[in-house]
Amino acid sequence: MSTLSTLDESALPTTAPSDDFGGKSSARAVKDQVARVVMWAAFLVALIPLVWILGSAVFKGGQMLLDLTWWTHSQNGITSRREGGGAVHAIQGTLIQAGVTALISVPIGVLTAIYLVEYGRGRLAKTVSFMVDILTGIPSIVAALFVYAVWVTTFGFQRLPIAVCLALTMLMIPTVVRSTEEMLKLVPNELREASYALGVPKWKTIMKIVIPTSFSGIVTGVLLGLARVMGETAPLIILGPYTAVIATNLFDGLMPTLPTMIFQSYGESVQPSVDRVWGASLTLILLVFLLNIAGRFISRFSKVRN
Amino acid sequence: MSSITGHSAIDELPTGDGRPPLEADQAGTGRLGDRIFGGLATGSGILVIALVTLVGVFLVWQAVPSLLNNDANFLTSREWVTAGENPRFGIVDLLWATIITSIIAMLIAVPLGVAVALFITQYAPGWLSKPAATLVDLLAAVPSIVYGLWGLQVAGEYFEPVARFTDTVLGWLPFFTYTGTPSAKSTLAFAGIILAIMILPIVTAISREVFAQVPTTHKEGALALGATKWEMIRTAVLPFGKPGIISAAMLGLGRALGETLAVTLLLSALNASESFNWSIFGGGETFASRIANDAGEFDSAQKTGAYIAAGLVLFILTFIVNAAARVVIERRKAFSE
Repeated sequence: MSTLSTLDESALPTTAPSDDFGGKSSARAVKDQVARVVMWAAFLVALIPLVWILGSAVFKGGQMLLDLTWWTHSQNGITSRREGGGAVHAIQGTLIQAGVTALISVPIGVLTAIYLVEYGRGRLAKTVSFMVDILTGIPSIVAALFVYAVWVTTFGFQRLPIAVCLALTMLMIPTVVRSTEEMLKLVPNELREASYALGVPKWKTIMKIVIPTSFSGIVTGVLLGLARVMGETAPLIILGPYTAVIATNLFDGLMPTLPTMIFQSYGESVQPSVDRVWGASLTLILLVFLLNIAGRFISRFSKVRN
Repeated sequence: MSSITGHSAIDELPTGDGRPPLEADQAGTGRLGDRIFGGLATGSGILVIALVTLVGVFLVWQAVPSLLNNDANFLTSREWVTAGENPRFGIVDLLWATIITSIIAMLIAVPLGVAVALFITQYAPGWLSKPAATLVDLLAAVPSIVYGLWGLQVAGEYFEPVARFTDTVLGWLPFFTYTGTPSAKSTLAFAGIILAIMILPIVTAISREVFAQVPTTHKEGALALGATKWEMIRTAVLPFGKPGIISAAMLGLGRALGETLAVTLLLSALNASESFNWSIFGGGETFASRIANDAGEFDSAQKTGAYIAAGLVLFILTFIVNAAARVVIERRKAFSE
């Protein structure tokens, strides 16, 4: 587009032969310049919060992460006034819950996308597509309330880490569906037709041709979905209260996570506690950004492209 | 990420030669493997439908007993007493706080997001356009609770002078009165600003996608007629992108309405005795923040039901907004062929 933008200035005669054929009137030129400045300013303004948030997190939480105990110890037995301890219990919890969430949502999400692209026609498919949209828009707190209404109120179970995973699954499925769908659509029809022509059944064509061709794109979608659910806090507050000790059992007791570690003590003003809250925030940001960047990076190696 | 635009293979119109993009239905061989795999795929699709339906059914089912037991008018009462024999609770305060924070967020994020999208697609030099898009997308990756923490402990204090200044200049309007309590960072206005930052990436991403689709011929046509770049944007890019901007705004609104943690950390709740006022520099609670704040109180079916009823209203609100966004996108597709 850069050729176009130079064109609109240079192509106009510098000495306008007559005003009727319009050299730019000065008012129009000024408006154009103002618009240009406004767009640049908008972009710079949009960058301020990103830089500011990252800066605060690094500045306030950075030195916590440099301490090895942060990565090896839990907060077991450490009060908010005492320094020390780490976040390994919360990091572990976040990773376990995100992993289990992915285990449940990836098959469902990928299969739904396969249905939409390869099988679905007509009213049912339109309904599925519409419902995926609605699912995308469901606030995380509503998903959490729904799981609470089923899990605790109806079935009478305890608030368990696995219930958190179920709520997170509802948030991850639509992300996986949409990104997988996008990738499957990019697989050229010729590949499918060639496979059919060789007498390969449809399901084998999908498994051996369509999925492998779009694999890296699907991985990207999964990573972006994971990044989204890792930062979700609302389901954790409703279904997965915090604890300061290491816990790995999804079906019993409480499991700490980074978001609940922040939520637990964000209101405290004693320094060790403030440091820990920002340390946990920075750790969470790093995890999420890492997944995001990994996802974008992998998508570069995608075999199918637009 | 196009996953948020609600664009799906199913919605695609037949390609130019009148053939649907995929005619693979006849390719199933009816063999066992095909039937199992096809069944699994269809089953997953149906599961998604069932899931959304179940959300509605369960929320209604659990909310109704509490609503029937409610002594106050659910839609118009300001009270929120969920315990005891005669619970009295209503949502009007929550509705007001939810809607006003979302409106503030939209008023900031939509113009800004559209401008950023125009910058990325029309103004940025080639080398900058992709990194710029990635940077704005990264804003969406910052977890909600971190926004809340940042607003509360870092950015909040800088809002105090803004609130005071607005009060001095516009304080004669009931909307802009600032009394100093709660502190500026705990007001609806500041929560709205934080929400604006959070939905900015969504608005930008979708607008960007639409602006990138503006046919080059339209743009070149405008320039050839002597339009300046801004006039070209106004006459070619913006009209083409209008439905996209509208649906971007709707999806952003849907996100803002249900955003929980940032708002929960920031907003300070009104006292029960406090009389209602219209100021955006007052406290309050949104649906989501009330539910999150009181998550520890879900001990009886009656109490839980009241919060589920509030969640149901939020679900209905976001459902309507998201469905409307989708309708706008579909209509654009119908017209742009």
